[in-house]
Amino acid sequence: MARLNLWRWAVLAGAGLYFLVPLAASVIFTVDVPDRGVTFDAYTQILSTAGFGSSLLLSLELGAATIALVLLLMVPAMVALRLGAPRLRPVVEMVCSLPLVVPPIAFVAGIATVLKWGPDHLSRTPLFQTFVAIQNPSFPFVLVLAYVVMALPFVYRALDAGLRAIDVRTLVEAARSCGASRPQALLHAVLPNLRGALLNASFLTLALVLGEFTVAQLLGFTPFAVWIYSVGGSQAQMSVAVSVLSLLVTWALLLSLAVFGGRSRTAAKG
Amino acid sequence: MTAVLTEAEVATAAAPRQRRRRASGALAVLPLLAFTAIAFGIPALAMLNGAFTVKDQTTGATSYSTTNLTASLHGAYLTALVGSVELSAVSAAIGTVLGLLFAQAVVTSRFRVLREAVLTASGVLANFGGVPLAFAFVATLGNSGVLTRRLGLTDKGWSLYSFWGLVIVYLYFLIPLMVLTITPALDGLRVQWREAAQNNGATTVQYWRHVALPVLLPSLLGGFVLLFGSAFAAYATAAAMVGSAVPLVTLQIADAISGNVLVGQENVALALSLDMVLVAGLVMAVYLPLQRRSTRWLA
Repeated sequence: MARLNLWRWAVLAGAGLYFLVPLAASVIFTVDVPDRGVTFDAYTQILSTAGFGSSLLLSLELGAATIALVLLLMVPAMVALRLGAPRLRPVVEMVCSLPLVVPPIAFVAGIATVLKWGPDHLSRTPLFQTFVAIQNPSFPFVLVLAYVVMALPFVYRALDAGLRAIDVRTLVEAARSCGASRPQALLHAVLPNLRGALLNASFLTLALVLGEFTVAQLLGFTPFAVWIYSVGGSQAQMSVAVSVLSLLVTWALLLSLAVFGGRSRTAAKG
Repeated sequence: MTAVLTEAEVATAAAPRQRRRRASGALAVLPLLAFTAIAFGIPALAMLNGAFTVKDQTTGATSYSTTNLTASLHGAYLTALVGSVELSAVSAAIGTVLGLLFAQAVVTSRFRVLREAVLTASGVLANFGGVPLAFAFVATLGNSGVLTRRLGLTDKGWSLYSFWGLVIVYLYFLIPLMVLTITPALDGLRVQWREAAQNNGATTVQYWRHVALPVLLPSLLGGFVLLFGSAFAAYATAAAMVGSAVPLVTLQIADAISGNVLVGQENVALALSLDMVLVAGLVMAVYLPLQRRSTRWLA
């Protein structure tokens, strides 16, 4: 047994080193600059660098719009699957897993092709104005469309888990017997019981949007992840400092999700 | 007189309501289906169409042919495709083995806190990729990285901007992904099986060879293809770290979309995208049945 324990600690120590060293090294890299000694300039400069505020704001706006749209599309559909349309369930499940089969880079290749149709074929039709509008650099709605598609698998899984824990049909029927209308039953009886699942779905979507790089970069927009990349070329210290900060933010998001999710699961069991 | 409704009367009274409910159910699903048809369907069809479309440079006429697909399987494009498959296969294989070892060490540990912490951290790290991951490793093992300078790794021939550099970086999110995938299966290994094997005089190696590994095999293979797919689709990390030093299919497609290729080759990028979708589809076709099989042991 002693030999086994030694082996186990070796494995755990190795894993610990592999996962902690890059983080520690990143922090050292940003504060210990060659020839200048220990300095926190990299962190203090971030706020005043051009593009930081605007790109972060753009990412947050895109995140909010994506969460709103994906929940608006998915929640009624998922509830309806439980209430009256179980036969559509395989269809919805397939539609929501399709994005897993198409890598983001292939997806964006398709989007870029479609967007090129605008100037090529549609310049005389009203559709052209739509194409211009969704590519407005100050709020590229085309990214929201792409992110909603990419978020579908995660949101489906989160909502499905949440709905499995409650009896939607009984909840709605009880609310209806008490005189509530259908929308009222949905808003005041079902949604409050789905709070954990809705939070899960929103957090996962937000993490996805904040870290997304492929689609945004190739379509030529500059949300946060693309901005970090563009800073990397000129200011190495600061790009790593921003990476460390964005990591901390994303991890705080996902950790709070793990804590929330864990709690709601035990609550559902208990 | 109180009317007693017969069963048939109840059924006829309930039928319209049921039908209405079903109709409103379909109505609620409709926006989702319409949205995916537009936001996902149109780009997918455009990709498919473009992959098979060839434009004549002199006349400007377009025609359908498999020229692009053929081109995507030759020369530099083939090198990139093979490079991506190799990189994904190697990192997925290493990730599977290391993830299994790590998960086994954690699962058999007596500390519940350690287990919870590792699973939570794995959930976070498995979602971690992209540009920040690339920069963290550049700061660690890049040309002027902390470890590179302290240990003088450059003189020993080390370079992060290579095939093996990418493998080391990819493992950072692949190992946690494997831990998450394999832990339920490891939990499914009953202590009694090990005790029974020991009582029959089996050694640890024999137990693993004849009992544990066969039971774990569907989960291990499922984990492997999941890791493969994840590494295969990765773009941001490679783009931010190596540029085009390592030939990868995602980097080739990105180059073509950004217009850094010969005129008339844009559609080859769409053909490459189609290649990627086929590989990813194959991965899912292997993964889903395996996942269903592995859950049988855990019931």
